[in-house]
Amino acid sequence: MATDTALDHDIEVQSGDAWDGGKKPFKASYGKLMMWYFLLSDAFTFSGFLIAYGALRISSPTWPVPDFVFQTFPGGITGWPLIFVTVMSFLLIVSSVTMVRAVQEGARENRKGVVFWMILTIIGGLGFLGCQAWEWTNLIGHEHMSVTTNPFGTHVESGVYLEDANGDAYAAGATKETFEAGESYLIHKHNGDWVQREYQVTSGTDEGTRMNQEFGPKAFGALFFFITGFHGFHVFSGVVFLIIIMLNAASGVYVERKNGYEMVEKIGLYWHFVDLVWVFVFLVFYLL
Amino acid sequence: MAHENHEKAIKQVYIGLGILAVITLIEVGVSLFGKGHIIDGVESNTWVIYIAALLIIGLSLYKAKFIIYEFMHMRYEVPGLIRSVLLPVLLLVWAIIAFFLEGDYWKEKRNKVKVRNEMPAEKLVPQGMLDYEWSKEDLQ
Repeated sequence: MATDTALDHDIEVQSGDAWDGGKKPFKASYGKLMMWYFLLSDAFTFSGFLIAYGALRISSPTWPVPDFVFQTFPGGITGWPLIFVTVMSFLLIVSSVTMVRAVQEGARENRKGVVFWMILTIIGGLGFLGCQAWEWTNLIGHEHMSVTTNPFGTHVESGVYLEDANGDAYAAGATKETFEAGESYLIHKHNGDWVQREYQVTSGTDEGTRMNQEFGPKAFGALFFFITGFHGFHVFSGVVFLIIIMLNAASGVYVERKNGYEMVEKIGLYWHFVDLVWVFVFLVFYLL
Repeated sequence: MAHENHEKAIKQVYIGLGILAVITLIEVGVSLFGKGHIIDGVESNTWVIYIAALLIIGLSLYKAKFIIYEFMHMRYEVPGLIRSVLLPVLLLVWAIIAFFLEGDYWKEKRNKVKVRNEMPAEKLVPQGMLDYEWSKEDLQ
């Protein structure tokens, strides 16, 4: 594995107090510096995705409102905008903090401390993945969003519905549901068929015309699943590496090494980066 | 002495946890306020939405800086390393401006195509696209 070669190289050279040429570039070890540059390149990948999201969002006449799309909470609760993703953010922040503690204990060569704090970090990462799995299940299984279908639309005019939520005519005397421009809606499936409710526009130039709910911009589903999926995959690989390095630390491999617990520092850098990316995914998908 | 430093460092970490947690809560609060969940009706003012968005972006950038400098220990690296990692990120400033302008342009073009598609056919067929003299109303 590439990291191992890097590490061997590092140990060989440290006796000469440099990588090869007498002086360590940037006074950093080879492995740590390369981790920084890997993270820089990864940051560009994520930025490319997020900028694509921004460009497509700007190019669409309407866009699903995030606090409408993300308002469900486990246990069948709905109408709690953004609360679940806030919980997810906290999980990542807390696991970042436990990672800092693991690195600190590593610097003190405290083997038990490293293992303890790394286990907590792994639990935090797994918790985050579990939350994401629930979020995806809810979106795919219950709300029927997919990479090519986006049932979340947004009204551009105010109006009044002519059908109830199941697509049937209102019962006599029932109050008709109204909506305002800018409100989002979710097209439900009823008995396996999409129900695109009919409504009458009550504002703007189209006043009086009858229309049906339209599907939202297709790109929303694709962008959501690709970007949060790509981030989730980073979390997943992070957890795998955390487990490997935690086991190594527990077995005492790092006690023997000249650079001590530097592997813990390097996976720590990666883990904080995953948290850092989430700050921006959280920003563009959920907050704005 | 070393022991005291260690205690201090641990305290710093938990202060950092507090800072990040509080900023996240403020962000969610501002976002929900901007969408009219806390006080109904404020979302109809466009400037409220813009100020909320700017605040959230500013707070997120602060969070990012905090994670890089404190948790990833960038503060303790030599200036050369800091520059070689952080300066390339500035390239993104232009990427963001350019692609957002491009997105706006796509929207404009799509509207134009929609308008032209809805134009009556007899105007176009006999003369052809190139010969037809476009009036201002046609294009808007």
